[in-house]
Amino acid sequence: MNPVIKFAVDYVLYVLKGDAKYYLWLGFLALFIIPWAYGNYQQLAYGMIVTGLTDQVSWGLYLANFIFLVGVAAGAVTIMFPAYVYQYEPLHKVAVLGEMLAVAAVIMCILFVLAHMGRPDRLWHMIPVIGIFNFPGSMLAWDVLVLVIYFILNLVGGFYYLYKKYTGQPLNNKFYLPLVFISIVWALSIHTVTAFLINTMPARPMWHVGMMPIRFISTAFAAGPALIIIIFLIIRKNTAFWIEDKAIDMLSTIVVACLSIALFLTLSEVVTELYHPTEHSAGLEYLMFGYHGLNNLVPWFWGSLFAMLAGWILLLIPSIRKNYTLLPLICAMIFLGIWVEKGMGLLIPGSIPTPIGEFTQYSPTLIEIFNCLGNWAIGFIILTVLLKGAIGTLLGDIRYAK
Amino acid sequence: MPGRKIPVVNISERPTGDSSVEHWQPSNGQQAADGLESESRRKFIKKSAGLSTASLIGTAALLTGTDDAKANTSWAEHFQGNYRLMSDEEKAEAIDRLEKRYSMEYGKKVTVDGTDAEEGVLFGYALNIQKCIGCRRCVKACVQENNQSRGDEQEIEWIRVLKMEKGEFTQEKLQDGYPADFGIEVGGNAYSATGVVLEGEHYYQPDKVPEEDSHFMPIACMQCEKPPCVKVCPVRTTYREPDGVVVVDYNWCIGCRMCIGACPYWARRFNWGEPNLPREEMNPKTHYLGNRPRMKGVVEKCTFCIQRVRHGRLPACVEVCPVGARKFGNLLDPDSEVRRVLARKRVFRLKVEANTYPKFFYYVD
Repeated sequence: MNPVIKFAVDYVLYVLKGDAKYYLWLGFLALFIIPWAYGNYQQLAYGMIVTGLTDQVSWGLYLANFIFLVGVAAGAVTIMFPAYVYQYEPLHKVAVLGEMLAVAAVIMCILFVLAHMGRPDRLWHMIPVIGIFNFPGSMLAWDVLVLVIYFILNLVGGFYYLYKKYTGQPLNNKFYLPLVFISIVWALSIHTVTAFLINTMPARPMWHVGMMPIRFISTAFAAGPALIIIIFLIIRKNTAFWIEDKAIDMLSTIVVACLSIALFLTLSEVVTELYHPTEHSAGLEYLMFGYHGLNNLVPWFWGSLFAMLAGWILLLIPSIRKNYTLLPLICAMIFLGIWVEKGMGLLIPGSIPTPIGEFTQYSPTLIEIFNCLGNWAIGFIILTVLLKGAIGTLLGDIRYAK
Repeated sequence: MPGRKIPVVNISERPTGDSSVEHWQPSNGQQAADGLESESRRKFIKKSAGLSTASLIGTAALLTGTDDAKANTSWAEHFQGNYRLMSDEEKAEAIDRLEKRYSMEYGKKVTVDGTDAEEGVLFGYALNIQKCIGCRRCVKACVQENNQSRGDEQEIEWIRVLKMEKGEFTQEKLQDGYPADFGIEVGGNAYSATGVVLEGEHYYQPDKVPEEDSHFMPIACMQCEKPPCVKVCPVRTTYREPDGVVVVDYNWCIGCRMCIGACPYWARRFNWGEPNLPREEMNPKTHYLGNRPRMKGVVEKCTFCIQRVRHGRLPACVEVCPVGARKFGNLLDPDSEVRRVLARKRVFRLKVEANTYPKFFYYVD
């Protein structure tokens, strides 16, 4: 049999098999698909009116999750960069897991974009040749382009690596290394362009700031490795695959460094905006302090800031950083803190007040929450399966037998 | 302004004698428009004699009068291209399809106009904020003319009239900030939105207009010469027509709402649900790029009543304004009313700092 087809068959057979824990986890995730299916049906049948979005706040939870997940996808580079640029062996061995995370995260991004669209049935209008792809004019077109290319780079790179492991052949470095290095640079581009997507609109003053891309990247490179640390510790505990302490320590150091930059940029922005607040600061003021009793977002802002700050301080202490019982908890706190910061702390207040100065609050409906949870669950199912397949290959459980 | 004479109109008890205002109906212009029925539209229909497969299926289904007819016409609609890039034949086909579907849906003969922009025309608008009394007849006339969704669940209005109160800068209020006691309502949804604007509010419900100590500033799409909404559209479904009107091809819009984010004037509206347009209220005189009925999930906005102005008529809001605060015309014609306003009055544009070059001007005498 053709080894490629054999690989596919072996891979699928391997990921379908697992212990009770594996099935329980996948089953738990699958539960979220039931409300997700209901929510999607409602939204397709009745339109976006089933969401809490309005003409005033027309971008909400879906796009917030999209932006955050672009960061997670880009965050995978925190494995790739030390592994290939610094030749850091503990990460080099597990680099393919980062590529799998990137693939799953981009799929989640696509799910959230589809949920955000008013006419998902017309997605083909964006496809060049049969539709119109407003490139280079539209920033959204740029974003689609960089995300699709990033997805392909990681999918091809990751599975090429796994296939070579499977057959036991050496990697063709002339093919593989350029792929890896392009993908490292490309990771920066996806979150940069996503930042440009919202900060190139002067009509939304809160977003119209030059430091948006670097803020995005710094938070992404904190949230991404925070998630990877949690995943690595779970893998260590539940599989035969051992990830070295050094790999985890390197990632937690990256989290601290990038979180420092993120917090510093937040501080700079707050000082700049609030020293002499103008119309430009209305969104941030509303976010931080509310406006005449309209304060839905205030607890989210301070909660997120607290989570990031506390996580940062704790991780600065080496003994805590190396305590692998506390570390995943702190990483979860940082991950959630940044998720809130991107959604309730940036995307939603960007629309409040509206360009004509109207304050309208936004609360997602249950259907929006169902759809978001479902998208995350689907993403995690894909991630789990991809990681299982990758680990199986790395362990030699999936091996080419002539 | 003492001595200023302004008509006081009671909104809750409308007088019956005032024919021009009270009996304003979009259909008033239809008889007139019948004569003006566009030459190009007729040409389109003639051309569509060479029918394509898609429209053949639609026509066959229509003749049998089954429910499949609607399904078939909308099926063909799903695969049509972007209006701007269609050939004349394709345009005629698309229009034909829509006319059939709309006529069936609304139980009357609906026409869809495809008249192109005329050379040497650049439409412009001027609004006298000194005269506006805040009666919002323009808002209502616009909704009737342009087939917006109505009702409690989804009420779409392209014009918003901002009310501003005098006395915000009196000695007692100087330290209060402004507005001091507005905006404490929480929640709401698309069409019962809450909250109040910084400079003025547009949810006012007076018994009589004009209200004492108030002045008004209606806003709508500014038909910018450098429209940020057009730039951000990933599929070029919204674009600037040669006569300066920024339009949307509702059949091509993917509903991403980038344009809503980019508009500095909050002029764009989204059909969050299926629009509610009662048959009897539907204005059957439509334009493809203007007031034809929309579907859920797409963006819409003011088009200067493209279906009227391309046939030499005035936009509905201009026609209905009881105080003559609204002026409209060709900016390239030195004798047009709007050019005369620009030449003689104190004119300004809203949010010049957005650098979008609106063709909607405000003025005072």
